[in-house]
Amino acid sequence: MTRVFIVVVSLIGFGLMKLPAEHAIEMQHQQEHLRGVEFNLGLREKIGQLGFVAALSGFRAIVADGLFIQAHVAWERTEWGRVLLLFRQVTTLQPRAILFWDIAAWHMGWNASVAALNDRTQPRTALRIKAQREYFALAKDFLESGIKNNPDKPQLYESLARLYKEKYKDHQRASEFFAKAAALPRAPSYDRRFSAYELSYCEGREREAYERLRQLYDEGKKERLPTLITRLKFLENKLDIPKEQRIPDADPLKR
Amino acid sequence: MSSETAAITRHRAFSFSRIGAITTITLTELTRQKVFYVLLIFALLLIGSSAFLARFTFQQEFQILKDVSLGAMSIFTSLLAIIATARLIPQDIEDRTVYTILAKPVPRLEYLLGKLTGVLLLLAISVLLMSAMFAVVLYTREQAALQETARHFANAPRDQLDDALGALRASALNIDLLPGVAIIYLKACLLAALTLFIATFATTNIFTIVVMVFIYFTGHLQATAREYWLQEHSASWMARIFLAVVALIFPDLQAFNLIDDIVVGAAISLALFVKTAALGIFYTLIYTLLAIFVFYGKEL
Repeated sequence: MTRVFIVVVSLIGFGLMKLPAEHAIEMQHQQEHLRGVEFNLGLREKIGQLGFVAALSGFRAIVADGLFIQAHVAWERTEWGRVLLLFRQVTTLQPRAILFWDIAAWHMGWNASVAALNDRTQPRTALRIKAQREYFALAKDFLESGIKNNPDKPQLYESLARLYKEKYKDHQRASEFFAKAAALPRAPSYDRRFSAYELSYCEGREREAYERLRQLYDEGKKERLPTLITRLKFLENKLDIPKEQRIPDADPLKR
Repeated sequence: MSSETAAITRHRAFSFSRIGAITTITLTELTRQKVFYVLLIFALLLIGSSAFLARFTFQQEFQILKDVSLGAMSIFTSLLAIIATARLIPQDIEDRTVYTILAKPVPRLEYLLGKLTGVLLLLAISVLLMSAMFAVVLYTREQAALQETARHFANAPRDQLDDALGALRASALNIDLLPGVAIIYLKACLLAALTLFIATFATTNIFTIVVMVFIYFTGHLQATAREYWLQEHSASWMARIFLAVVALIFPDLQAFNLIDDIVVGAAISLALFVKTAALGIFYTLIYTLLAIFVFYGKEL
């Protein structure tokens, strides 16, 4: 009996000793954006009982993969509502997986939106366009939530920029998000160029775009790509840049 | 008489060679069990077949491959730790081996340490085998993907090719996976020590396994209970006592679930890895000490 008492007291004493260490690790996880999933009734409702138990046992990545594969199948069957539901579950379980946010947004913004616009069961064009815009908004929501969970990764900023560029035709916002991506560590070199290209389409910001494109051009051959030269020449004409300040007409890659 | 006296004087109170002998026997016994092979073969098959589970784009495929493989490693090492350790003492009592060993001048401390070290070695071998299999599968897929990407970008500018190959390499086999594997092993060590502690007062291995399954699930909820207990002051006193018991008695197993984040590219800082590893070693030591203490009082 004494031994049992000693064991229980030791366990509690040990528990009190380990609490600060466990709490400190939890805080560090939060600082490093790890363990971004909170196990509560909301999650339980979203992923179902079996998924919740599996996620509780430390297998949320595998549960998320299973749901991702289900979402892939739903996409092949063009069940858009199910695709949306499953991707919400997947991204809830794995908020640090950029890929899931990106694919979810791509399905909503590029696939479901086109399907909504071409929906033959809906005779009214206005309603089809409305549905299409709703899918764009869902794609934007996914990307914005993804950025909130992964503020240090450039990929989702890029995807949001593409959404603004290709779907909303909002070049200013596209340029802004490409610039945000370019400012992050390990961003691809093209983000800076893309930001300047998008800015060159914005009315009233041509001068700023010209300066940025010219700066890229002056950095050397590596940046003198056909699109950059085309946009730069377009702006030179539009801004009426003096001839001596313009870039040469001949193929710059051969100089 | 003089040789007996010499033997007594040569006997040491604590001997690593005796622990080594018990460790070797335990490891041999465990590797002869069918459950070890079934679990290991099943894990290796799952890791090997993960390459064929889903064929999406390369990035998606790598993520699923890593998730499934590391998940398989985690569940099988945890299962192995619990099942292998739960059998140790009841089996020895049933076979009466424990009486033969303890009748000799072998302290109970050495007996338990030898047994636990045997399990930890078995776990290390399993983790190494599974890691090797995982690395081979991932490396093979990575090489195929690199070749295909290089072909695809053959006419693209050099920096685009470098960006594409860099992204591919970052999402496939990389050094950040190592801390994840190490933490899986530490979690298994912790579970083995805890199972040994439970087994010292349990009468059957079924009871030990059932209790460990309960602890496994509760351990993954411990962090939620602890933070609620520390931060929430409006809960009833009954709820607070319950939360306190969970927070104090159970280990925080969620702290060891770093693989979910590692597979998606999150690099674990050295400080966090060291803290988590230290916590794992601390848990293992404490549970082993408690197991030794209880085992000393056990009537055999």
